[in-house]
Amino acid sequence: MWKTILRRFLVMIPQIIILSFLVFVLAKMMPGDPFSGQINPNTDPKQLAALKQAAGLNDPIPVQYGRWVGNLFRGDLGTSYIQHVPVVSLIADRAVNTFWLSLLSTIITYAISIPMGITAGRHQDEWQDQAVEIFNYVTYAVPPFVFYILAIWLFGFTLGWFPISGSVAANASGFWGTIGSQFYHMLLPAILTAVVTTTSIVQYLRTGIVDNKVEDYVRTAHSKGVPENVVFNKHILRNSLLPIASNFGTVITGLLSGSMIVESVFSYPGMGKLFLDSISQRDYTTLTALILIFGILTLLGNLLSDIIMSIVDPRIRVK
Amino acid sequence: MAKNKEKTQEDQKVSRPAPASGFKIAMHEIRHDKVAFTAAIIIILILLFTFGGSMFLHKSQVTEINIVDAYYGWGQNGHIFGTDDGGRDILKLLMMGGRNSIMIGVAVTAVVEIVGLLVGLVSGYYGGYIDSIIMRIVDFIQVLPKWPIMIVLVTVIPNYNAVSLVWIISMFAWPATARYFRAFILSQRERDYVLASKTSGSSDLKIMFREVLPNITSMIIIDVVLTIAGNIGVETTLSFIGYGLPTTTPSLGTLIGFANDPVNVVNRPWLWLPATILLLMISLSINYVGRALQRAGDARQREN
Repeated sequence: MWKTILRRFLVMIPQIIILSFLVFVLAKMMPGDPFSGQINPNTDPKQLAALKQAAGLNDPIPVQYGRWVGNLFRGDLGTSYIQHVPVVSLIADRAVNTFWLSLLSTIITYAISIPMGITAGRHQDEWQDQAVEIFNYVTYAVPPFVFYILAIWLFGFTLGWFPISGSVAANASGFWGTIGSQFYHMLLPAILTAVVTTTSIVQYLRTGIVDNKVEDYVRTAHSKGVPENVVFNKHILRNSLLPIASNFGTVITGLLSGSMIVESVFSYPGMGKLFLDSISQRDYTTLTALILIFGILTLLGNLLSDIIMSIVDPRIRVK
Repeated sequence: MAKNKEKTQEDQKVSRPAPASGFKIAMHEIRHDKVAFTAAIIIILILLFTFGGSMFLHKSQVTEINIVDAYYGWGQNGHIFGTDDGGRDILKLLMMGGRNSIMIGVAVTAVVEIVGLLVGLVSGYYGGYIDSIIMRIVDFIQVLPKWPIMIVLVTVIPNYNAVSLVWIISMFAWPATARYFRAFILSQRERDYVLASKTSGSSDLKIMFREVLPNITSMIIIDVVLTIAGNIGVETTLSFIGYGLPTTTPSLGTLIGFANDPVNVVNRPWLWLPATILLLMISLSINYVGRALQRAGDARQREN
C-alpha cells in the first residue's frame, strides 16, 4: 500500500510544478506591481524605477519565476498591494473561518446523504426512493446560488431564523457566547452547501446497495437464515460504503474551494470572500496566493481520495 | 448468378428498416414520458418568451438609463415587473437576459461538444500512449480550481466580451465531455463492427466518423441537453457575482445579483425574484428532459 501512496505522491509533483507555472503566468497577466499601491503624485519616477530595478521586476521572466518559487518555499507569499500587510497573515485569518465552515458542511453533508442513500437503496422504487430522487434532481439541477438567495430571503429576512451576514455577532461575549454565535452564523451556509453537495454521495450509496442486494453472498446469508436487518446492516451496507469513502477527498476540496459563492452571499469572512474582495480591489498578490492555495488544496484532496480508496479497496492496489 | 446476387442485395436494402436516428428516438421517448413532455413544453414556452420577446426589443432601448423611472414596484406605471435602479423595465430585461443566458449556454455547449467529441474519439479509439497523454491533460484541467481562474481571466483579458466568456467557460468544461465520450468509445473499439471494418481496410478516420460516431448519437443528444443546463448555471453564477457577461449585456445572473444587496432582498423582490424563478424553471425543465433521455438510453443499452 505504501508503494501505491508513494507513486501517487510522485505523480502529484509535476502537477504542482505546472500549477505553479500557470499561477505565475496568471499573476504576470494581471496589471500592476507591488509598488502600484504606494504611488502618489509626489513619487519621483526615477526613484520608482530604481525601486522596481531593486525588486527585480526588470529581470528576465524565468529568473522572476525562480525567485517567486524560492519565496514560496520560505513561506513568503508577498505583501498585499492594498492592505500593506503580508498576504500570509491576511489569508491565515480567513482560512480559519473557511476551515470551520467546511468542517460543519462536511458533517452535515454526510449526516443527510448517508441516511438518504440508505433509504433510497433499501426501498428501491418505492415512494421513499422517489422522494430522494426528486430531492437529488432538484439540488443537482438548480445552480446553488439560487438556493442561497431563496434561503437568505426566506429564513434570513422573512422568518428571521438565521443571521444573514458575518461570522460572529458584534455583541457576543465570553468564550461560549462567541463560539455559539459563530456556530449560529455558520449554520445556514453550512446546511445549504451540504444540501447541494449530497447528490453524488446519495447516488453512489443507492447504486451500491441496489447492486449488492442481488449478489451471491447476500443470497447465501439469506438462505443461512440471517435476519433481514443483519443482512442489510452487516453485509450490504458495509460493502456499499466503499465508494463513499473514496469520495471523501473530493467532497472536502469541493467544500473548501467551492465555498466562494456561499461566502459571498452570506458575507462570511472566509477565503472565498477574501478572493472576491481582492479581485474587486485589484489586490493581485493576494489573488495569486489564493489561487495557488486553492489549486494545492484540490490536488491534496484528490491525493486523499486515492489514498483512502487504496486503503479501503485492496483491488485498486493490484494494478 | 450475378443477377441473383444483385437482387438479394436489393432485397436486403428494402427489407432492413432504416435505423432510427438518435433524434427520432429522443422525440419518441419524450412523447411517452408525461413529465418530460410537460418539461419540453415549458422549455418551448420559455424559448418563445425569451427569444420571441427579444425580437421586438432593441438592446439600446432596453438598457437605456432613465433615473426618473427608477424602482417602480410590481405593475406600477405599466411595468408589470417594475423597474430597476436605472429605470429599466424588468420584464424586458428578463426576456433579453434569459435569451443571453441561454445563448451563452448553447454556444459553450457547441464548443465543448465538438472539442470533447474529437478528443474523446481520438483518445478512446487509439488508446495506448495517446490516450494516456490526453487523459493526463484532462485530469490536470479537472483538478484546477476553476472558479477562481475563470474569475481572474474575466478580469484580466483585454477587450473582454461575451465571446471571451464563451471561451473561458469552455476551457474548463470540455474535459468532462471528453472523458464521457472516451469511456464509451473505449468500450466500442473491440466490438465486432469496428474490428470487421478494420480488417476490410477502412481508414481510422472512416471508422471513427462513419461507424463509431453514428452509434453514439443518442449519447451526444443526452450530453448536449445536460451540458446546456450546466453551462447556463456556470454563466449565471459568474454574472451573479459580477464576473460574467459585461454589465451592459443583460443576463439572468445579473438580475438575480440584485439580491446581493440586502435592501433589494427585502424591499424590492421584483428585481430578482422573476429572474430567479425563470432560472429555476429553465434548469429544472432542461435537466428533466436530459435525465428522461438518459434513463431511456440506459434501458436500451441494457437490452442490447
